[in-house]
Amino acid sequence: MSTSGEEATALAARRKSAFSLGMKACYSPAAIVLTLSFFGFGAFAREGGLSLVFTMLISVFVWALPGQVVLVSEVAAGATIFAAALAVTLTAVRLMPLVVTLMPVLRGPRTPKWQQYLLSHFLAITVWVEAMRNLPAMPRDMRIPFYVGFCLVLFTLNIFATGAGFLLAGILSAKLAAGLLFLTPIYFVLSLMSVSVDLTNRLALGFGFVLGPVFFTAFPGYELLFSGVVGGTAAYFIARLHRGRV
Amino acid sequence: MSGSDFWVQLGFLLIAGYLATDIWRLAGVLVASKVDETGEIFNWVRAVATALVAALIARILFFPLGELANVLPLVRYGAVAVGIAVYFLTARAIAWGVLSGELALLGGHFYLG
Repeated sequence: MSTSGEEATALAARRKSAFSLGMKACYSPAAIVLTLSFFGFGAFAREGGLSLVFTMLISVFVWALPGQVVLVSEVAAGATIFAAALAVTLTAVRLMPLVVTLMPVLRGPRTPKWQQYLLSHFLAITVWVEAMRNLPAMPRDMRIPFYVGFCLVLFTLNIFATGAGFLLAGILSAKLAAGLLFLTPIYFVLSLMSVSVDLTNRLALGFGFVLGPVFFTAFPGYELLFSGVVGGTAAYFIARLHRGRV
Repeated sequence: MSGSDFWVQLGFLLIAGYLATDIWRLAGVLVASKVDETGEIFNWVRAVATALVAALIARILFFPLGELANVLPLVRYGAVAVGIAVYFLTARAIAWGVLSGELALLGGHFYLG
């Protein structure tokens, strides 16, 4: 075998080991919580009146829990496609900075844009945290295999978790079903707190939490948009004024 | 579900779910090399998104759907408080916060309900 052939073999072996390392990284508390939350989402979607197939397809196509919960809520409330798309897209804006910060770490020198897009579909907050924790210390040619291994297991697991949550919501006792539905808000409140570390986002979290129920009573159907824009803008300017003074 | 319902629902999902979400992932890829993540527009947009998700959490807690509506409000709010307290006590471990909040909710629901 030629030298370049041996190098190619060694490279393939490195990639394979990075891929299995990524798969093994799914044994983490964050991945377990995420899986339980997708389980909870499955139960939630059933309460919203969706079918099993559509509930699982939402996880496949959206793959971001806040947007999924918004989508189900909008469908359950009989919202128009325009209102639903607007509400979902506002929750998905937060994915953009995650992609912008992940891609320079993840991509190789010649990774085409369409491949980067495919990789980005599997990005969600949990994936971002795990990727940013593991990838930077890794040789660049091992990063994409690691990421793909991690995402493949997590994605497959959570699509099935979605279906399982949907099916078990009808089998479980009413009291346990309540516990399952509670997973979504408790996981969101804590993960949102964990990523809202600066003053702007802490204020935004507090304002949104207070404004949500108020606007739900005053303008049902538009409460998420209004709370987001009013609470977020207020938080942004207050934090900016605060920065200016200190 | 009739055949036409299926396509209507799929169209709804692809536009209001898939497109609405992945447009931001694609945008992220396209500007990954150029955009300053600490820029002012991003700070504002991210604050809007944070407030929106927080509003969603509050709506689920204060106006829940399904079985969660049968849990006493005090138990729901108390369980969130327990989860948040444990999260901070365990050096911000989300898993412990979720687990204890969940146990508090089930405990309160079985004991008081």
